[in-house]
Amino acid sequence: MAEYKPIKKVVSGNYAAAYAAKDARVQVVAAYPITPQTSIIEKIAEFIADGEANIQYVPVESEHSAMAACIGASAAGARAFTATSAQGLALMHEMLHWASGARLPIVMVDVNRAMAPPWSVWDDQTDSLAQRDTGWMQFYAENNQEVYDGVLMAFKVAETVNVPAMVIESAFILSHTYDVVEMIPQELVDEFLPPREPLYDLANFEKPFSVGALATPADYYEFRYKLAKAHEEAKKVIREVGREFGERFGRDYSRMIETYRTDDADFVFLGMGSLMGTVKQAVDLLREEGYRVGAAKVLWFRPFPGEELYELAKGVEGIAVLDRNFSFGQEGILFNEAKGVLYNTKARPLMKNYIVGLGGRDFTVSDVRKIAENMKAIIEKGELDVEVDWYHLKR
Amino acid sequence: MEIPENVKKRLSIPAEEHFYAGHTACQGCGASLGLRYVLKAYGKRTIFAIPACCSTIITGAWPYSTLDANLFHTAFETTGAVISGIEAALKARGIKVKGEDGVMIIGWAGDGGTADIGLQALSGFLERGHDAVYIMYDNEAYMNTGIQRSSSTPYGAWTTNTPGGKKHFLEKRHKKKVIDIVIAHEIPYAATASVAYPEDFIKKLKKAQKTPGPSFIQLFAPCPTGWRSPTDKSIELARLAVQTAYFPLFEYENGKYRINMPNPKNEPKPIEEFLKFQGRFKYMTREDVEVLQQWVNHEWEKLKKLAEVFG
Repeated sequence: MAEYKPIKKVVSGNYAAAYAAKDARVQVVAAYPITPQTSIIEKIAEFIADGEANIQYVPVESEHSAMAACIGASAAGARAFTATSAQGLALMHEMLHWASGARLPIVMVDVNRAMAPPWSVWDDQTDSLAQRDTGWMQFYAENNQEVYDGVLMAFKVAETVNVPAMVIESAFILSHTYDVVEMIPQELVDEFLPPREPLYDLANFEKPFSVGALATPADYYEFRYKLAKAHEEAKKVIREVGREFGERFGRDYSRMIETYRTDDADFVFLGMGSLMGTVKQAVDLLREEGYRVGAAKVLWFRPFPGEELYELAKGVEGIAVLDRNFSFGQEGILFNEAKGVLYNTKARPLMKNYIVGLGGRDFTVSDVRKIAENMKAIIEKGELDVEVDWYHLKR
Repeated sequence: MEIPENVKKRLSIPAEEHFYAGHTACQGCGASLGLRYVLKAYGKRTIFAIPACCSTIITGAWPYSTLDANLFHTAFETTGAVISGIEAALKARGIKVKGEDGVMIIGWAGDGGTADIGLQALSGFLERGHDAVYIMYDNEAYMNTGIQRSSSTPYGAWTTNTPGGKKHFLEKRHKKKVIDIVIAHEIPYAATASVAYPEDFIKKLKKAQKTPGPSFIQLFAPCPTGWRSPTDKSIELARLAVQTAYFPLFEYENGKYRINMPNPKNEPKPIEEFLKFQGRFKYMTREDVEVLQQWVNHEWEKLKKLAEVFG
């Protein structure tokens, strides 16, 4: 094994995604432009034009067709990649089911963007979380480094369990913000991520077969169960791949929930994506002020790491769930999921839902402090003031 | 059944069968004949992409398949996009596509999946120039969902959502000219074909195989269930559609039009000839038939002019 010397580049989140796709040696990219995703596919096109990557590039006429073409490519044995955002992801929705149902390990980067109307191009997790039940795995990146690492790991996990995976980054906060990213030399990526061995191959004519045929009520149910089992299996694979990634490249992803200063915490902030960088910084400041707080970042939302959440919940008095998303008629989606996981366990800390940052509303360290003050008061009193707090609302 | 070599030599189309008996098509189904001919022309080194349509059912429920070739079932509106992706993958993997010794990638979709919901993906496939063949089998309505009109349904035809009632019939639009939309993309090869003329169809399939880039064939395929016609009249109806010039056979090759009618000197028969046996047209009055005849005449004159000027 060659020695790992990272290649440091200052890149945007989108360029980190494009470099990762190139380094993963994707063979087919089918994509459609949409703000703020576009610079991912532009950069990949540039790699091809400059002879730096050998990729079949299909500039399709819609996101629906982008996913359909990736599905065709993946079924025909290629490593396929695409990227999208918000309305584009919504347009793909039907085909997301097709990818997971046909067990195709496509990897896609979704740049989280709020849904219209009203129009917004800014960050919000509602687009990706609305795809929760499509059978795709979901990895939420906090920073540009995690975008790069996430794409490489997503391919490895996806191709092991034959389930597609989404790597999700924030609009503009990551997609267009430049940061240092440590990239991995090609030969080491190749060792980590060998060529794909497809589950089936449409170009093999030895024994003809069909994929996706009609299944009667006598058989359909078992297809769903197998996909459910694949997600269970994926948890193990994710942790193993994350551990291997850490051993090879020094960044450990062996836990699906990354915890930060949670060991002796009275309460923790639970959230996903780029806002957790802000939270970690706030935790350091709050610790200096005497608050015993920690941060817990859900890296993989699907499959959902219930066991890790339980371990976390056992040791704390409260969890402040930060949702940059909302399920109308109910509550924040992560809050809903986390409560659901803990209901049948002995760990039942006070849990409060803070709806933050929708449509790109800024979320700052001082916001975390205010939330911490509120959480502290609730815990002292032993009961919630409100369960769902529209924290940023102009009153 | 083994066909003796001396008989095989006399056959004008391949004797080999790659479409199995025991499929689930209705009696007299034109589409199933079409599938059989496609497989005769291309053999088993073929990848089909089939969207939601009758052929989803005809090709067999899991775990069975009636095709001696690989088949990817896909969503209704995606045929053009899926075959684009399959082609890109094979190219990325260094596998030869199209031509005599290449893998044949076939999009096989009905008229609803092509003329309506799949038109955008078809257009994308055509304009990007992928090496695959798109075959629209045209039975002139959504037959798999139970006979609803598509934009390929002709003027006057009864369907379940364009019924002929006591006062009106609802289908007042003429058949959409999908092949003209396809030709507007200036692809190298496009043609019409009919299941009543298998030799002509297979010749066109072979031409599509040899021509690099995207090819398109619109195959006329009667549906006795949807047309309310006797199951043993399908071939006759498919032949009459051609002979009345309702569905003329022609090719568009690198900018040139060529009409290939079975009897080029014969004037087309009156449209009534095609309408007979078909319950779907029984609501039409003389005036309605005349409206359809005028449309056929106009389109036929247009095609003849095109062949004359760009032949």
